[in-house]
Amino acid sequence: MTVDTKLPYEKEYISNYSADRNEPEWMKSLRLRALELVDTLPMPKPEKTNITKWNFDKFKHQSEGKKLDSLNDLPEDIQVFLDKENKNSNLVIQRNQSLAYQSLDNSLQEKGVILTDLSTALEKHSELVQRYYMKDAVAIDENRLTALHTALMNGGLFVYVPKNVVVEEPLQAIFWQEDPEVATFNHVIVVAEENSSLTYVENYISHNEQEEAVANIVTEVIAMDNASISFGAVDNFAKGTTVYVNRRGVAYRDASIDWALGQMNDGNTASENITHLIGDNSHSEAKTVTVGRGDQSQNFTAKIVHFGKQSEGYILQHGVMKDNASSIFNGIGKIEHGAAKSNAEQESRVLMLSKGARGDANPILLIDEDDVTAGHAASVGRVDPIQLYYLMSRGISQKEAERLIIHGFLAPVVNEIPITAVREQLTQVIEGKVY
Amino acid sequence: MAGSTLEIKDLHVSIEGGEILKGVNLTIKGGEFHAVMGPNGTGKSTLASAIMGHPKYEVTKGSILLDGEDVLEMEVDERAKAGLFLAMQYPSEISGVTNSDFLRSSINAQREEGDEISLMKFIKEMDKSMDELEMDKNMAQRYLNEGFSGGEKKRNEILQLMMLKPAIGILDEIDSGLDIDALKVVAKGINSLRNETFGCLMITHYQRLLDYITPDYVHVMMKGRVVKSGGPELAQRLEAEGYDWIKKELGIEDATVENA
Ligand SMILES: Nc1ncnc2c1ncn2[C@@H]1O[C@H](COP(=O)(O)OP(=O)(O)OP(=O)(O)O)[C@@H](O)[C@H]1O
Ligand SMILES: [Mg+2]
Repeated sequence: MTVDTKLPYEKEYISNYSADRNEPEWMKSLRLRALELVDTLPMPKPEKTNITKWNFDKFKHQSEGKKLDSLNDLPEDIQVFLDKENKNSNLVIQRNQSLAYQSLDNSLQEKGVILTDLSTALEKHSELVQRYYMKDAVAIDENRLTALHTALMNGGLFVYVPKNVVVEEPLQAIFWQEDPEVATFNHVIVVAEENSSLTYVENYISHNEQEEAVANIVTEVIAMDNASISFGAVDNFAKGTTVYVNRRGVAYRDASIDWALGQMNDGNTASENITHLIGDNSHSEAKTVTVGRGDQSQNFTAKIVHFGKQSEGYILQHGVMKDNASSIFNGIGKIEHGAAKSNAEQESRVLMLSKGARGDANPILLIDEDDVTAGHAASVGRVDPIQLYYLMSRGISQKEAERLIIHGFLAPVVNEIPITAVREQLTQVIEGKVY
Repeated sequence: MAGSTLEIKDLHVSIEGGEILKGVNLTIKGGEFHAVMGPNGTGKSTLASAIMGHPKYEVTKGSILLDGEDVLEMEVDERAKAGLFLAMQYPSEISGVTNSDFLRSSINAQREEGDEISLMKFIKEMDKSMDELEMDKNMAQRYLNEGFSGGEKKRNEILQLMMLKPAIGILDEIDSGLDIDALKVVAKGINSLRNETFGCLMITHYQRLLDYITPDYVHVMMKGRVVKSGGPELAQRLEAEGYDWIKKELGIEDATVENA
């Protein structure tokens, strides 16, 4: 491909950046290898959305953030995401690229649970991180953006739950891009070892209405044999940020990975959420909600690939589109040869609130095995006038009736978000975007 | 206050261009129970829907007044707030909205801002009404009418009626789909509302309902009009003899609305 925006980042810059952060040698060489690949690889090509004109190359790469002495110093609109129910005992807050706050319950620490920023993890658990970093889930050379991500990674998180450890309380991360121009090259790794389980919820927040910024995020989620991971997210990047977010899961035998993603960005977004069901009897549910508004263009690919026998995959995408927003929903179930007795279901539903909006639901089944079950459903529609009439006939105003119908439409996903505060917050964000 | 008066005068209603109601006249006062009967397809539900303001029904002529106020000028929600209630023949299903959230929004919609019903009081009232209607408490947390059986939907309509306490209640075939025991329970609920501030119009095909809820007036609709009115004895005669004698009396061959 032709790239007229040659990266302003050279080998030397990357080497220095890595050295400044005291990174292990393997990380530095991985970055440099990725940098060489950047200009040889094509951009990702999400189905039916042309992202070639989107800004992924112009950004400020570095920006520090101050430590938080107290959670009370957080702005109000971030405080609301905090998990007060669990006294914020398992929480990491990243401010720009710096670790601003960190807590992890003592008993979990004793059991060997790790919840820390990636930089610290590289320092303290270099081998463990290396074992998973761009290995089993995402590859550095998948496309130009994954290579760019690897070269310029500037933040992230490492979550690790050892064998047989069950973490009941949710683990939470807040990634706050306070500097309106800084890029988010965040890398999150979540690993649940054999027979372990965890719930993780992350929030991305920025406020750059005017300033242009880029988010290029890779998240790798690994569930070893019989492990289960519940992964929740509310993405809330402001209008100025162009987002590429790649969330990838790998589930081994009897493992499960369930996603509940609130994709509430205000800028152009390409989101790829792919889960590989490697092991027999593995399971994944991928549920996403989005509200599109303004002129934003978004592409959401949710894909579950079945390798293991008797693996179960269920995709549910719900979107509400208003103004001139346009969104493509690709729900892809792929069953590989040998994945006998597997089941793949996809459902994509889009609710249109205005004439200028565009929504496109594409459930896709790709099946290479005979002995399977699969199903899909899709719909694109408007608020049903008869439902409105019914609600209004009880005195409910048109606006409130629409609100109820929209919340009801999004409820199947919103209700899956694990932390109550985050779920309520997602509801608020939806409220703010719809009206 | 003595109760409200709903006056329907020379009401003509069209749907997708075809005229269905061809001049209906009817007055319902607080304290009165009216029954509307008539063969299938004669315009009974159309009348109910036009009163409530269903988006598909167009009033082409005539008027509907509630205590002198022009109902046809009001939006659907304003009609409800003015005191009208329609228990629908086919209530909508709304996914993701719990029955209880819906009910609370409905009650609060009829109250002033800042004077919303407290959650405790709401739950108490809902529990009480659900007990009276012998409804399973789980229905409160289920999504509105979603997957409800025919009879459960009807009970749920009456639950709303009992909690919203309108001035005029219109019940469209509230007895259809109810088993005999359920019919008694629902009738008891409706009867509990009987007083001079509540007027009621019941659309039904069967005397059975009227055995439990005795009407003061019975009207028969044919061809988009009220063709005969009388007391409770009229319903009994219809039950015994059917509609043929009225048709003969009025020289009607086909009672249904003939669309243009
Ligand atoms: N949406 C519609 N489109 C076309 N015609 C309609 C529509 N709704 C009602 N009609 C027609 O209007 C006429 C009256 O219907 P209505 O539902 O008022 O009858 P009804 O008296 O309530 O009958 P039933 O006893 O069967 O409930 C019927 O011929 C019906 O087919
Ligand atoms: Mg009818």
